[in-house]
Amino acid sequence: MIDTIEILKKQFEINDLYHQRSNLCFITGKKEQLLSILQALRDLHNYTHLVMVTAVDWIEQNQFQLTYLLHNYESRTDLGIRVFLDRECPVMASIHHLWKQGRVYQQELHEMFGIDFPGSPDQDIPMILEGWQGPPPMRRDFDTKKYSEETYSNRERNHHEPEQYMKQILYPEEN
Amino acid sequence: MSSLYPPILNGKAVYDLKDQKYLKIWQGPQHPGVTGNMSLELDVCGDQVIKCKTHVGYLHRGFEKLMERRRYINCFPIVCRICVPEPDTNEYLFAAAVEELLGIEIPERAKWLRTLNLELSRLASFLMWIGGQSGSFGSGTVAQWALAHRDYVLDLFEEWTGARIYHMYMTPGGVRGGLPEGWDAHAQKVLDGVYKLLDEIRHVQLNNAIFKMRAVGLGTITPDMIDKYGIVGPVARGSGLGRDIRKDQPYLIYDQLSFDTITESGGDTYARTVVRWREMYQSIDLIRQILKNMPRSGPLHISLPNVLHLKVPAGETYVRAESTRGEYGYYMVSDGSAFPRKITVRGPSYSHAMALLEDLAVGVNLADIHGLMLSLHTYPPEIER
Amino acid sequence: MFEDKKDIQLQEPEQDQRPDWVKDSKTLTNSGLPDEERDWFCDARPTPAPKSNRIMEKFFNWARANSLWILAFGTGCGAIELRPLITARYDISRLGMQPRPTPRQASVFMIGGYVSIKTLKRIVRSYEQMQGPKFVVAVCSCAINGGMYWDSYNTIKRIDEYIPVDVYVTGCMPRPEAVLSGFTKLKELILAGKAEGQNLYAEKFDWYKANQKKIIHDWNMPDYNW
Repeated sequence: MIDTIEILKKQFEINDLYHQRSNLCFITGKKEQLLSILQALRDLHNYTHLVMVTAVDWIEQNQFQLTYLLHNYESRTDLGIRVFLDRECPVMASIHHLWKQGRVYQQELHEMFGIDFPGSPDQDIPMILEGWQGPPPMRRDFDTKKYSEETYSNRERNHHEPEQYMKQILYPEEN
Repeated sequence: MSSLYPPILNGKAVYDLKDQKYLKIWQGPQHPGVTGNMSLELDVCGDQVIKCKTHVGYLHRGFEKLMERRRYINCFPIVCRICVPEPDTNEYLFAAAVEELLGIEIPERAKWLRTLNLELSRLASFLMWIGGQSGSFGSGTVAQWALAHRDYVLDLFEEWTGARIYHMYMTPGGVRGGLPEGWDAHAQKVLDGVYKLLDEIRHVQLNNAIFKMRAVGLGTITPDMIDKYGIVGPVARGSGLGRDIRKDQPYLIYDQLSFDTITESGGDTYARTVVRWREMYQSIDLIRQILKNMPRSGPLHISLPNVLHLKVPAGETYVRAESTRGEYGYYMVSDGSAFPRKITVRGPSYSHAMALLEDLAVGVNLADIHGLMLSLHTYPPEIER
Repeated sequence: MFEDKKDIQLQEPEQDQRPDWVKDSKTLTNSGLPDEERDWFCDARPTPAPKSNRIMEKFFNWARANSLWILAFGTGCGAIELRPLITARYDISRLGMQPRPTPRQASVFMIGGYVSIKTLKRIVRSYEQMQGPKFVVAVCSCAINGGMYWDSYNTIKRIDEYIPVDVYVTGCMPRPEAVLSGFTKLKELILAGKAEGQNLYAEKFDWYKANQKKIIHDWNMPDYNW
C-alpha cells in the first residue's frame, strides 16, 4: 500500500498520511483531483471496491470532510481518501459513473448534510425523510433535542425512587 | 414476447402510464411480501416488471445524530437496535472500533466468547432467512420449522445473556459475563436439532421441483457486476468469488478455527440459497469447534478507567466484520472528547437493496420479486438506520 | 309512438340521492388530493358504531374477542416478535388469531415499536381502511413514550395522539408471552365492552386529524381513507 501511495504522490498532491493499522491508511487529497485519484486507484492499482462515502462535519474549522474508502481484494488493504470542502457552499464531483452504489451514498449525503453532487441522478428526490422542512439534519448546528421537544409532545412521567416505591408496596403498614 | 416491453430509448424504457398496458403497483410497506418495512414501486406490464424503484426511510431514527449526543458508554445500548434481526455484529463492531481507537487489547477468553456470540447470531439470522425464502415461494412448512428452531437458539441466548433479541453483551473492553452451567449440553442438543433440520430442508426445499423451476435463473449476477455494484457476502460468493472477511482479514480468533470459504457458481437465487444453506452447516461446525477449544477461565473484561468520562484520543478508523449478509462496517471518527464525532454504519443491504435490486428486478415475474429480495437478504433497518 | 319518445328528456334527479348517514355528518374537504381524484374517495366522516341491546352486544363481543385477525404490517422492531407467535410454540391460532395481508380483513393492528413520520402516514392510512370493529395494540416502550429515541427528530413520542390505542405492552423487546398477555387483556376489554378505540376516533376525529396534519407535511392522501 505504501508503494501505491508513493506512486500517487508523484502525480497528485497528497499529504497527511495516517497509518491506522497495517492494512488501513488515510490520506488527504485535493478536491479537484479526487476524481482522477479514484479512477487511477480503481483501474491501475486494483482498488476496485468502494466501501463507503461519508461526511464529517468539522464546524469549528468551517469544513466538511468527505471520506472515500476503497478496498483492494488482492492485497486486502483499505485506503481512505479525505477531501475537505467549504462548509458554506459544499459542492463535489460525482462518482456515480465509477460505481453504481455511489449514487445512493451521494443521495443520502445531499439529504443529510446538504452537499451538492451535480450530475448525480435522483439527487433532489428525498430518500430517507419525507416532507422534511428543516435544515439538513446531520449538520452539527441542528439541535435534534430542541426540534423533538418542539414538534412532538411527551407523555408526563411519574418519577419513582425504586427503593421507596417497593417499600411502600411490600410493607404498607410500616410507611 | 417482444411486444410486452416498451421501446427503449437511450437505455430507458419509454412508456405512458395512462394507456392501459402498463400499471404502477406498490409492493409497499404494508405487504407480506417485503422483508421488513420498505417498499418497491414497480411498473408492470401484464405480469412482468419493467421498472423498479426502492423506497426506504420508513425506519429512520437518526442513529448517527443520536450517537453524537451520547457518550461512548451510552451509545453501547442503542447500537444493537440498528439491525433488528442480527444485532450482535453491531455490538462487536462498535466495541472493536472504540478499543482500536483507545489502543487496548481484550483478554483471550473474551475473544472466544465474542466469536461464539457472533456465530450463534449468524445461525439465528440464517434460520430466519431460510424461513422467509421458502415462504416466499409458497412453502410454509419450512418457514414454520426454521422459525421454531430459531426459537431454540434464542432460548440459548436468553440463558446466556438474559435477553432473546437484544443481548447488549459485548461492551468496549470485553464481554459482560461467562457461560452459565449446563449451557454446553443444551447447546449441543439444539445444534443437533438444527443439523437434522438442514438435512430435511435439502430434501424438502432444495430438491423441490417447484423451487428449482422458480429459483434457477432468477436474478443472475455475473462476476463482473460484483465490483461495479459493491456486492459483498453470500451474494458475491454465489457467483463464484471466494471472498470471506473471516478468512481474508481474520478478526477475533477466526485464524485459530478451521473452515473453508463456500462458493457456488451460477449466480442465481438457487446458487445463493445453496451457499447460505452450506454456511449454516459451517456455523454449526464452528460453534462446536469453539466450545471444544475455548478457555474456561480467565478475565472477561479489561477495566476501563471511569467509563462515564472516557475520553477517546483523536483519530479515525474503519472496522469490518462478516455478517450473514456480507461486509458490515463501522467508520468512527473521534476528536478527543467524551462524545464521538461521527460514527457511520455501513450495512451490506445498502448497495444490495438500492442499486442492485433496481437493476435485477427488470423482467422478473411479479410473483418472484419477493423471492428475489430474499435471495439478496436485505434488512431495511440498516439501510437508513 | 316515436314522436312521444322524442319529447322525453332525461332529467337530473332533483333530490339528493346520497344516503342519510352521509348527509347528516359534516363532509370532509379531502384537502390533499387533486380535483380529478376527489370523487373517488368518500367525503363523509367516520361515525361511532351504534350498540345493539345487551344480550346481542354480549354475543357480538364474544365473537369479536375470539376471532381477532392481525394486520401484517411490520412497522418497527416489534415485528420480529410477531413471527414466533405464529409458530407452534406460542400458537396464536388456538386463540383464533391469524395474520392477514390486507386491512379490509383485519381487526387488530399491532404497532410494533417506534414509528417514524413516514411510517405514521401509512399507519393512519391502514388504520382507516380497516373495517370496524377494530382495535390497536401497541408493543414496545417506543410506542408508549418514545423509548430510547426520545431525542430523535424523526420518531413520534406518543402514538395515541395520532390513532387511538387500546392496550400497551411494555418491553424492549417484550417476550412473545408478554405480547400474548397483551392480547389476552385486549380480549378481556372487548368482552367487557370497554375497547372503544374506534368510537373514540370517530368522536374526536378533528383532534386526531389536526395532530396528524401537524406532523405529516406532505398530505397527498384523502382526509379519511375509506
